[in-house]
Amino acid sequence: MSIEVKVPQLPESVADATLVAWHKKPGERVSRDENLADLETDKVVLEVPAPADGVLTEIRIGDGTTVNAGDLLALLDESAAAEAAPAPAAGQADQAAAPAASAPQREEAADDEEGEPGKAAGRLSPAVRRLLEEHELEAGQIRGSGRDGRITKADVVEFVERKGARPAAPAPAPAPAAGRPEPAAPPPAGERGERRVAMTRMRARIAERLVEAQATAAMLTSFNEVDLGAVMEIRKRYRDSFEKRHGVRIGFMSFFVKAAIEALRKFPVVNASVEGNDIVYHDYYDVGIAVSTERGLVVPVLRDAEAMSFAGIERSIGDFAGRAREGRITVEELTGGTFTITNGGVFGSLISTPIINPPQSAILGMHKIQERPMVVNGEIVIRPMMYIALTYDHRIVDGREAVQFLVTVKDALEDPARLLIQV
Amino acid sequence: MTDSFDVIVIGGGPAGYPAAIRAAQNGLKAACIDDWKNRDGSRAFGGTCLNAGCIPSKAMLESTELYHRAQVEFQAHGILVEKLGLDLGTMQKRKGEIVKQLTGGIGALFKANKVEGLQGRGRFLGDGKVEYTDTGGKKKTLTARHVVLATGSTPIELPSVPFDGKAIVDSWGALEFDAVPGRLGVIGAGVIGLELGSVWRRLGAEVTVLEAMDQFLWMADEQIAREAARHFKKQGLDIRLGAKVQGAKKGKSGVTLSYEDKGGRQELTVDKVIVCVGRRPYSDELLADGTGVTVDKRGFVEVDEECRTGAKNVWAVGDLVRGPMLAHKGTEEGVMVADLIAGKIAEVNYEVIPSVIYTAPEIAWVGKTEAQAKEAGIDYKTGSFPFAPNGRAKAIGQAAGFVKIIANKRNDAIIGAHVIGPMAGELVSELVVAMEFQASVEDIQRTVHAHPSLAEVIHEAALAVDRKALHGVNR
Repeated sequence: MSIEVKVPQLPESVADATLVAWHKKPGERVSRDENLADLETDKVVLEVPAPADGVLTEIRIGDGTTVNAGDLLALLDESAAAEAAPAPAAGQADQAAAPAASAPQREEAADDEEGEPGKAAGRLSPAVRRLLEEHELEAGQIRGSGRDGRITKADVVEFVERKGARPAAPAPAPAPAAGRPEPAAPPPAGERGERRVAMTRMRARIAERLVEAQATAAMLTSFNEVDLGAVMEIRKRYRDSFEKRHGVRIGFMSFFVKAAIEALRKFPVVNASVEGNDIVYHDYYDVGIAVSTERGLVVPVLRDAEAMSFAGIERSIGDFAGRAREGRITVEELTGGTFTITNGGVFGSLISTPIINPPQSAILGMHKIQERPMVVNGEIVIRPMMYIALTYDHRIVDGREAVQFLVTVKDALEDPARLLIQV
Repeated sequence: MTDSFDVIVIGGGPAGYPAAIRAAQNGLKAACIDDWKNRDGSRAFGGTCLNAGCIPSKAMLESTELYHRAQVEFQAHGILVEKLGLDLGTMQKRKGEIVKQLTGGIGALFKANKVEGLQGRGRFLGDGKVEYTDTGGKKKTLTARHVVLATGSTPIELPSVPFDGKAIVDSWGALEFDAVPGRLGVIGAGVIGLELGSVWRRLGAEVTVLEAMDQFLWMADEQIAREAARHFKKQGLDIRLGAKVQGAKKGKSGVTLSYEDKGGRQELTVDKVIVCVGRRPYSDELLADGTGVTVDKRGFVEVDEECRTGAKNVWAVGDLVRGPMLAHKGTEEGVMVADLIAGKIAEVNYEVIPSVIYTAPEIAWVGKTEAQAKEAGIDYKTGSFPFAPNGRAKAIGQAAGFVKIIANKRNDAIIGAHVIGPMAGELVSELVVAMEFQASVEDIQRTVHAHPSLAEVIHEAALAVDRKALHGVNR
């Protein structure tokens, strides 16, 4: 029985999507919920899950085509599923499926013997079986470079490395092993080449919005510096007990978020946005946390952050960061937000002028913590210092408010008791 | 006999005869011309390998090793031998019988596969024409769509120490001594020199091996070479490195070899000399002019990776072309060519060809040595394990040596495996198969090896790569 695979319902703020890549070919067996293709929107990449077990019979939309919600993407033949042992459940989606994956994999290998003689891809070496299980991967996700298309341990190792690697990381020297020598293609010596690469849809959209922000708001940045000694002392003293009690590590971000909220409470205009000739004040604090991914910067939002505990904040941020890197953040999680915090310190930034995330009116930049000599009580001491920056929309935020906002953040971080008693 | 074939193979050694058999199996009309002549003038297929090399030497190595072990080991087993004697004539006869069975076997295989086996000389005239001179001297021109050149190699002769067939011999002659030489000089400490030196040392000869290079067994992994040198020294093989032989003078007391090493000019007087400094491709009188087949200055026929020569439909395989001079390499090339001629897809994987030295302890390896891995810029890791603690090795009384596995540090792929110890030539096969399938060290770790077996040492060596060997201290 033929089923139609359609473009899923797109989130409200998203007009259309681009089909980036098909993961399955016509004739390939798929299982229910397995990801068939990637759809890229302005904000995020969506998956197209298979509606049922079966064989993908026809693909109607090619790579690079723009589609709308409800468009027909492909046809799936459900009846074909009954013939062979079903492939194990999609590795990405369900953690619980992972322990079960090893058993069907062994079954699958046995089935291959009757069904497809000579299809060596079903035979997995012991090291490969172990690695697939450990990383919750499916054999189908990895291209085999071994004899007759077999997956080698090297194939899996490289796949895992690539998934977690930063985009700029160059491939290390290729393993010669027993394979046919593959000529690497070094750039011709002495030639100054050019490469033209079209922007991904997300990248183009980010570019558009940033220029828009610049053009609309009157953006200025104010700076201050914070002595994080007190925060570090607290983290050190309570690291183990915090982790034991809450199951998550106490980082810096929870302190930053709490301090920022204190300052937002004191200077509500920083938490507001401009709409035409109106200033819209929000009496809730949806704080966006900027996360860097391979495809670009995404800013998932901590809703009602003022009501979240330290542990809750750390937990949410950890969850967002993980899912963002895997491309599994939903569009809803990226929209809204009344204020944003960005941390360039992890990349080594000492000081910077972050750009506002419209329609917000300000963004707080945290940076690298660096030990510097400071004068305290007339003496020179070494303190762990960090520069903080607030880029603000001067249309509604005055200089005095911006500066005082930062002072409030500074005071709260340098004396965390203030956070406790809200002073 | 017809004069026209689909394939004519010139040379019936381990490269030629499999090419002819495979061609016939592929449904082609094949002929194999072979010119091997035994000492007694009789003809036999199988080339150097079966008649004067691989096979007879293995027979002698086995016989002499048994003799040696009877002398030094049997007592420990509680086997008491009253008077151990040696009948070299019987040993030679046994060797001859084995050779005869195998070469006769090729004749039988030819018949069974309907390959026209032609004894005599073949010469390629070009344009699909082969001049065949039979054993009676009669010439005939045969034609074929494809011609495969497989005439192999012949021992290199040193002009300063020319063969005389009696006191100064090549490797073939060295297998045929009718008496154990009192003093034996071996020029060349390569595979052949070490094997032949071992044979006669075990039978009581005083053996001195003169090697021109400063490095011993340069083609093997350095650790293996060092271990081997230690054993050979213990066995009484006097191996002198950096010794360049300049001349030989025959006199009443024997043959006096003059050589130069870093100590200056030296002399060595022996009863027999074996010259085994390598083999050269045997392309003498093989090609008429203008065939389009090119030969380099060392005599190798030039071919591409599919063994095609410069002339259309003319192929060359085995010791006649580039690559390691190993019988199995020749065989694989012969089979590949026969398949290519039949329109099939075929290739030889030169990266995974094992090498074996049949001394005791036996030595075998496949893939890269540590030096080669370093040169290739590969970040590698190694794991070794000795035979000494292995149960099987102890039980058979052959617990010398070790297994070493070299792997790519980044992705665990096996890039080289080296064995020195009992049955090394057999044990290495596991790793050849593993490397053919681009296996990782972990794959070997996770493969069950029977207990008790020598193969377990391979398993432990694989574990040792990750410092997880079970039966040894991991450092």
